[in-house]
Amino acid sequence: MPAYDKVKIARKVSRPTALDYINHIFDDFMELHGDRGFRDDSAIVGGIAMLGDIPVTVTGVQKGKTMEENIKRNFGQPHPEGYRKALRLMKQAEKFHRPIINFINTSGAYPGVGAEERGQGEAIARNLMEMIDLKVPTISIVIGEGGSGGALALAVTDRVWMLENSVYAVLSPEGFASILWKDAKRAKEAADVMKITAEDLFELGVVEKVIKEVDGGAQNDFGFTANLIKSKLETELAELMAKDIDTLLSERYSRFRSFGEFKE
Amino acid sequence: MKLLNNIKSGIDKITVDNLKGKVTAIKDAIPTPEKKEKKEKPKKAEKSADKDNKEEIPDGFIKCPSCSAVIDKKDLGALKICPKCAKLFRMNAKDRVKAIADKGSFDEFDINMESVNPLNFPDYEVKIKSLQEKTGLKDAVKTGRCTIGGRPCVLGVMDSGFMMGSLGSVVGEKLTRAFEYATENKLPVIIFTCSGGARMQEGIVSLMQMAKVSAAAAKHSDAGLLYVTVLTDPTTGGVTASYAMLGDIILSEPKTLIGFAGRRVIEGTIKQKLPDDFQTSEFLLEHGFIDAIVDRENLPDVLANILKLHNVEKAGEA
Ligand SMILES: [Zn+2]
Repeated sequence: MPAYDKVKIARKVSRPTALDYINHIFDDFMELHGDRGFRDDSAIVGGIAMLGDIPVTVTGVQKGKTMEENIKRNFGQPHPEGYRKALRLMKQAEKFHRPIINFINTSGAYPGVGAEERGQGEAIARNLMEMIDLKVPTISIVIGEGGSGGALALAVTDRVWMLENSVYAVLSPEGFASILWKDAKRAKEAADVMKITAEDLFELGVVEKVIKEVDGGAQNDFGFTANLIKSKLETELAELMAKDIDTLLSERYSRFRSFGEFKE
Repeated sequence: MKLLNNIKSGIDKITVDNLKGKVTAIKDAIPTPEKKEKKEKPKKAEKSADKDNKEEIPDGFIKCPSCSAVIDKKDLGALKICPKCAKLFRMNAKDRVKAIADKGSFDEFDINMESVNPLNFPDYEVKIKSLQEKTGLKDAVKTGRCTIGGRPCVLGVMDSGFMMGSLGSVVGEKLTRAFEYATENKLPVIIFTCSGGARMQEGIVSLMQMAKVSAAAAKHSDAGLLYVTVLTDPTTGGVTASYAMLGDIILSEPKTLIGFAGRRVIEGTIKQKLPDDFQTSEFLLEHGFIDAIVDRENLPDVLANILKLHNVEKAGEA
């Protein structure tokens, strides 16, 4: 399938959202609100839940399925206080020794006046720096769009997984084509050279697992993908929780340390 | 069904509008050689006017974008400041190192490191090579060990003359190694940032450099060591959203562009013009995101004082 077709599936309004997965995979989810500084950003959800008999902290970037809900969720484009809420919940998880699972689905961090005034750059940067040191197992899953720094801000984790029809990129293919070829209409071609599909990113070592979806996308059989995620999470968390913290942290550092190609 | 279609088109519209803005902004932030060529070849109708303009500015002179005075480049001096209106021109990494490090103290790291083409992006090598020839740089950052006011530190200086200081593998690796060296040798790190953001041609590998450098900065911080950033014009995108904003102390020069999203992306999203002072260092100071704005000529003394205040002993006295 051409990469751009996956972009279209990843952006589908009918695509299952973070809360769809959270409600299906976990029991007793209790949503917790607010960054304790400015306000509650509805573009990011988070809270505590049970995965089988393990308490975990979950966060996710939440898109809406109706126009009304999308306005409330700001189309899944978080403000700085959203990232700060996620960080607050992750630090809370560390305190209570809970593993962390993040569901990522954003076209990017919101480009707006308030977002800049309240330090969008600082909020993302802080998450990158803090997440590398969290003393609990962490897993992130790109379930739709993984848009640039706004996605990375929840993806500095021990494991990064992607659904088969999700994408993860430094910029949208449209933006990329415009910058490099001055022609947004060449987005299809851009999607091919950018290496943004789960399969390409698996080959590049950017993600550890690609999770299958049924033909046409996860919306056609939500239970199939959600159950798959659940069983993979149970297996992986058991493995990560068995590691001592120093090993876990040094492996996490090496994971991100290894990215980059150069000669000298 | 109709409702669903309405919703879809609503969403499409917003996405496309966002993108249009994003695209323009990034276009502006990354002057590729092609773009420069285009600028030098104005449309026929503008040609005569442009020619007149060119004739007004002889070789070796430059028109100040702030006060419009035509200035002998030599009069900008080593610190590249307009003698008429004090506008700060952008400094390249070499001049910056000269202005900040004690004379002869800069011992540069990784001088031969260069880019490869991780995504096999068409013509990336060609672009790198031509920029290397043009700028004399291998990539967009210089790192090394030096003293400032006699006190040792690791210094990193980005250069906007090389692909707009974009954050590719070489920039990420050199800065990461600089942090690791500093952690090992218990030295402070000072980074002068200046960047349009991610290196598009390296795609996701560029994005990962944000996490890589931030991870190295975290280790350095965990060791109780000092990290100072000096944000210079422009500091935007992925660099703002990673190591630029992670200093224990964050300084900036006056009237510096600092932001995450590009001005035009934001204007495209909110459908409004932004005020002139939006995303300036003064704006960030007011909103609590930088510690101080420091005049260019005072930076060496201010940095030396910060090192002193953190008990960084003078070299040879430790
Ligand atoms: Zn001037």
